[in-house]
Amino acid sequence: MRRRRPPLNLLLGGGLVGLVVAAALVSFVWLPHDPQRLNFAAQLSGPSAAHWFGTDHFGRDLFARVLVGARSTLLVGAIAVGIALSLGALVGAVAGWAGGWADEAIMRLVDVLYAFPAILMALLLAAVFRPGTVTAMVAIGLATVPIFARLMRASVVSLRERDYVEAGRALGAGDARLLRVHVLPGAASPLVVQASLSLAVAVLAEAALSFLGLGTPPDVPSWGNMLREAQGFMMLSPWAALAPGLAIVATVLGWSLLGDGLRDALDPTTRG
Amino acid sequence: MQRFLVRRLLTTLVSLVLASVVVFGAVLAVPGDPAAVILGMNAAPEALSALRQQLGLDVPAPLRYLQWLGGVLRGDLGESIQYQRPVARLIGDRLGVSVPLTLAAALLATLVAVPVGILTALKRGTAWDPLIVLASQLGAAIPSFWLGLLLILVFAVGLGWLPSGGFPGWDVSVGRSLRALALPVLALGLGQAAVMTRMTRAAMLDVLSQDFVRTARAKGLAHRSVVGKHALRNALVTLVTVLGLTLVNVFVGAIVIEQVFSLPGIGRLALTAIGNRDYPLVQGVVLLYASAIVLMSFLVDLSYGWLDPRIRYA
Repeated sequence: MRRRRPPLNLLLGGGLVGLVVAAALVSFVWLPHDPQRLNFAAQLSGPSAAHWFGTDHFGRDLFARVLVGARSTLLVGAIAVGIALSLGALVGAVAGWAGGWADEAIMRLVDVLYAFPAILMALLLAAVFRPGTVTAMVAIGLATVPIFARLMRASVVSLRERDYVEAGRALGAGDARLLRVHVLPGAASPLVVQASLSLAVAVLAEAALSFLGLGTPPDVPSWGNMLREAQGFMMLSPWAALAPGLAIVATVLGWSLLGDGLRDALDPTTRG
Repeated sequence: MQRFLVRRLLTTLVSLVLASVVVFGAVLAVPGDPAAVILGMNAAPEALSALRQQLGLDVPAPLRYLQWLGGVLRGDLGESIQYQRPVARLIGDRLGVSVPLTLAAALLATLVAVPVGILTALKRGTAWDPLIVLASQLGAAIPSFWLGLLLILVFAVGLGWLPSGGFPGWDVSVGRSLRALALPVLALGLGQAAVMTRMTRAAMLDVLSQDFVRTARAKGLAHRSVVGKHALRNALVTLVTVLGLTLVNVFVGAIVIEQVFSLPGIGRLALTAIGNRDYPLVQGVVLLYASAIVLMSFLVDLSYGWLDPRIRYA
């Protein structure tokens, strides 16, 4: 039998995400310059041998800041999607398993979150708890909960009537065991695919929130707040706006290609 | 159809009420005394007491919610602490920027994405197909605010064709106001067009793979007729969903774009309100956005019933 090649988008997406993860990891052990060191002699300079991506208006090295920025992006994205995945999967599983009016009531409550996309949720939470990294994570996470809840509910509803689940029940397994052992493993692959696609959206949302001043605080380098700072100096030097923007595009593209690739790999009928 | 309409109307009303509970309830979660948070620790007791009264903090929360909701239903969203003006008036003043920006960007996205999405679905398997798919994926990965910065760099800083930001006002000059909105609309619309192209292509591919399209082809119908009469008409239901999603994305995305181009819209109003802890203003703006999103979803559902009799009579 011929071995199937992995889909191209899976390889490309995996490569891009791998690059960003590597950048974040490398930043812990090696940086070309201190990302916070001010150097007024080298303000707003273009790419050079000393500063590969140039410098910002404080003369700080943009390459070092982009590397460190990868940490914030990955951390906020991963925690936000982690919140959405755990909360959404739990709520969706309970709703789908319970059925009837409980299902209807739970899903109606979850659907209300659709009315609060990440930026809107962040506006509300930032007004209440002050803007910051945690606010951004929670806002993006809560806004993404309904997607996972719907997905999980659909899987549970379709799986709960299967013969092997019925057999488990006949053997005396309780609800919790049936869900954990027989239903959840079957529902895992769509959740994994969605997690990757949601990470792409979370990276965009985190960058937008930091750009607005509602995400990562200004003293921590993040791609969104680097763009916010660069905006005021674009007439003098466009470099500061290019590097973080390209980093965001590469990361979002990576997660989104990886999600598509995983879907293609796990469900060949969607390949197109 | 009537039953479908009543059911959807009821669920929409429930969603609106729940959204209002979320918006109102969020302020209840403010740690400590909201009046002290707004005025600071050194505020005079009289000022604190006056603000508590203005915010209605002397009334129990459930009653306060009902009073607030009653006001909302009458179009009274309370008074802004920062501007000392009615929130509804402040929002109304800024609709003249946010609404045209949103609608023009959604229109641009639709005009680009629908034909391109359909065309790429029809040309599936040709040499152009993977290129266009990759281009739309790349386009969807570009943040609209970064695209906005790049557009400023090229068209405002480089070529000097269009302003880099600000808004003179429709009453000052319609021409200059239109020019001020050109780059924001491009930034918001083109970014969304890429997302919409992918969704349109997927919707069209789904319909093209259905049995009735194969049957129409087997009957010997012309390609134009198969696509125009059978595939497109059936893809409309999904396209309406895509359009609804686009409107929501553009509406919310405008908050960031207003900041990039210094446009005095509702999003920027909310951002300044956060800095000043102007809770009534934040609540008003967030409630407006959330309600608009719920209503858009209601309109999309209504159009399903109109476009697809199977949904209407289900």
